[in-house]
Amino acid sequence: MNRKKIDSATIISAVIVLALYVAVFVAEQFIPATSMLFTVLKKGATYALVAVSMNLLNGFTGIFSLGQAGFMLIGAYVYGIFTIPVLSRMDVYQYYNGGLVQFTLPVFIAMILSGLAAALFAFLIGLPVLRLKSDYLAIATLGFAEIIRALFQWDKLGPITNGSNMLRLFPTFNDFNIRGADGQVVVYLSTLVPLLISGVCIGVIILLINSTFGRALRAIKDDEIAAEAMGIRLASHKRLAFCISSFFAGVGGAMLAMYQTTVQAKSFTTAMTYEILLIVVIGGIGSVTGSCISSFLFVACSEWWLRFLDQKQMIGTFEVPLLRNGFRLVVFSIIIMVVVLFFRQGIMGTKELPDLIRGLRGKRAKGGADK
Amino acid sequence: MSGMLKVKDLRVNYGGIEALKGISFDVEQGQIVTLIGANGAGKSTTLRAISGLVKTASGAINFLGRDIIPFNAQQVVAEGIALVPEGRRVFDNLTVLENLKIGAYLRTDKEEIEAGIEDIYQRFPRLKEREWQLAGTLSGGEQQMLAVGRAMMARPKLLMMDEPSLGLAPLVVKDIFSIIRELKSEGITILLIEQNANAALRCADQAYVLETGRITMSGTGEELLADQRVRDAYLGSTAR
Repeated sequence: MNRKKIDSATIISAVIVLALYVAVFVAEQFIPATSMLFTVLKKGATYALVAVSMNLLNGFTGIFSLGQAGFMLIGAYVYGIFTIPVLSRMDVYQYYNGGLVQFTLPVFIAMILSGLAAALFAFLIGLPVLRLKSDYLAIATLGFAEIIRALFQWDKLGPITNGSNMLRLFPTFNDFNIRGADGQVVVYLSTLVPLLISGVCIGVIILLINSTFGRALRAIKDDEIAAEAMGIRLASHKRLAFCISSFFAGVGGAMLAMYQTTVQAKSFTTAMTYEILLIVVIGGIGSVTGSCISSFLFVACSEWWLRFLDQKQMIGTFEVPLLRNGFRLVVFSIIIMVVVLFFRQGIMGTKELPDLIRGLRGKRAKGGADK
Repeated sequence: MSGMLKVKDLRVNYGGIEALKGISFDVEQGQIVTLIGANGAGKSTTLRAISGLVKTASGAINFLGRDIIPFNAQQVVAEGIALVPEGRRVFDNLTVLENLKIGAYLRTDKEEIEAGIEDIYQRFPRLKEREWQLAGTLSGGEQQMLAVGRAMMARPKLLMMDEPSLGLAPLVVKDIFSIIRELKSEGITILLIEQNANAALRCADQAYVLETGRITMSGTGEELLADQRVRDAYLGSTAR
C-alpha cells in the first residue's frame, strides 16, 4: 500500500482516457447532435457503469447476482420522482392529482439519492439473500427484481410512482447543454457529462477494487474459508460489496432515465439484466476495462451497426435472404454462443488497460502487478 | 511454565455426529505441540474449533487467560492465533504480495506491515522472486511457504498448522519441517497437526494421539516415538 507504484503504464492509460474525453467534447461541438454516435456514447456510458458495478459483484467478489434491473429501476424512479419540476407534476401525475411529492431536488443530489435508495434496498434484500450461494443467490435476486417491477406498478403507490403510467418531463441529458439567451445551444455537453459521471463512478470502483477492501473481496472469491481464517468477515464484506454495487446500479438507473427521457417500470425486465450480464461476459469477468469496451461495442451493435439486419437489403436487384425484423437478435445469440464456446475469457480476460500497455512493451513478466 | 492455550473437554458436533468427544490438551509457550491421528480422528476439527470457524457444543478454550469460545474467526485472529489451513488454500488469483497483505488484514500499522513483508521475503527468498506471480501458479512447496508466510503476517503468538506436509514431495516435506523448527527457535509457539507422525513427533515437544474424537495417548515427542502402540498404528513397526 505504501509503495504506490504509479508506473508509466498507468499514466499512459490515464492520458488515453483523457484524450478520449477531449475527442468526445470536440466531436460534440461539430457533429450534429442527432448522430447515432452520441446515442451510442450516452447509452454506452450508462451501461458501462452498470456493467462495472455488476462486475464488482460477479467478477471480483464472486457473488452471482441477477438483480441489476431491479436496482436500476429503483434508481430511475427515485431520480424521476424527485426531479420532475413542480409545475409539470399535474401533467405527469394526471390520474393521481399531481402526486404526493411536491418539491424538486437538484439533478446531482437526486442521482446520489437514487444510488442510496438502491443501496438501501440492497441492504434489506441482502439480509436473507446473501446467505445463499451461487445459483440460489442468482435466482433469489432475479425474483427480487421481478417483485420490484410489480411493486412499482402497483396502483396504491400511484401518488408516488405514478402506478403503471410513465414518469416524464424530468431533466434529461440534453439539459446539460449550455444555452445562450436566445435558447440556442452554445456549448454541447449532453454526451460529455454522462460520460464524465460514469467515468467518475467507475474510477471510484477501480480505487475500491485496488484497496485493502477490494483485495479482501477478491480473497473471498478465491476461497471463503481461507479468507475467514485470515480474519476477513465474510457476511459484512459481502453485504457492503452488494450495497456498493447496487448504489452504482441505482446511479446507472438514473442515467438510463435521463437517456430514455421517460421511465416506466415495465421496461426494466430480466432481459435488461441479461444484456448487462452479456456485456460483462463478453468484456471479461474480472476486468473493468473489458466491461467498458464491451458495453460501448454492445450498444453500438444493437443500436447502430447491426440495425441493417432488421430491414430488407437489396444488393442491386438481389434481395439478401433472411434479413427481416428480429434477425438482429438471432445474430446476437450466435455471437454469444461463439464467445462462450471459443472466447470464454472475453475480450480482456482479467487484464486491464495498463496491463495491455505493459504487454505491448514486452514486460510480460510484470503483467498484472496492479490493476 | 504457563499454558498458553488450554483446551478442556472440547466437544464439536457436525449434525448428529460427534466429531470431538471431549478432548483436553495444553500448549505451552514456546513449544511445538502436535496432534497426530488417522483420517477422521478430529484433528482438523480441533483447529477449526479453536479458530472459531466451527461452533463448539461444549467445553472450554482458554488462550492467554481468556475464554475464546464465544469469539468469531476475526476475533481469534486478533487475539494472536493464526491458521495455516489444510491444503494450503492460498488465494490463487491474487499475487504473492497480495496474499501476504491479506495475511496482515487486521493490522493497521502500515510501516510495520512493510517490514513484515521484507522479513517473510528474507525467510523465503523464493517468494520474493515470485512477488508479482499469481499464487495459483506456484509449486506446491512454494504455496506452502506462502501459506506459512501469510499466517506469519498476522504476527501470531500461536501458529496452528494443519497438515503442512500434505501432498508434498519428501524433500519439500523436509524443508517444511526445518522451517517449523526455525520458527520455534524464534520463539513462536506452534500447534501442528500431522498425518506424517514420524516427522511430526521428531520435532514435537509435546504430542497427543487423537482417535475418533478422543485423545488416547499423550507424552513428549520422543516418548510417543518409542511407544510400541504408536509405532504399530502410525509409524509402521519398522520405523525408527
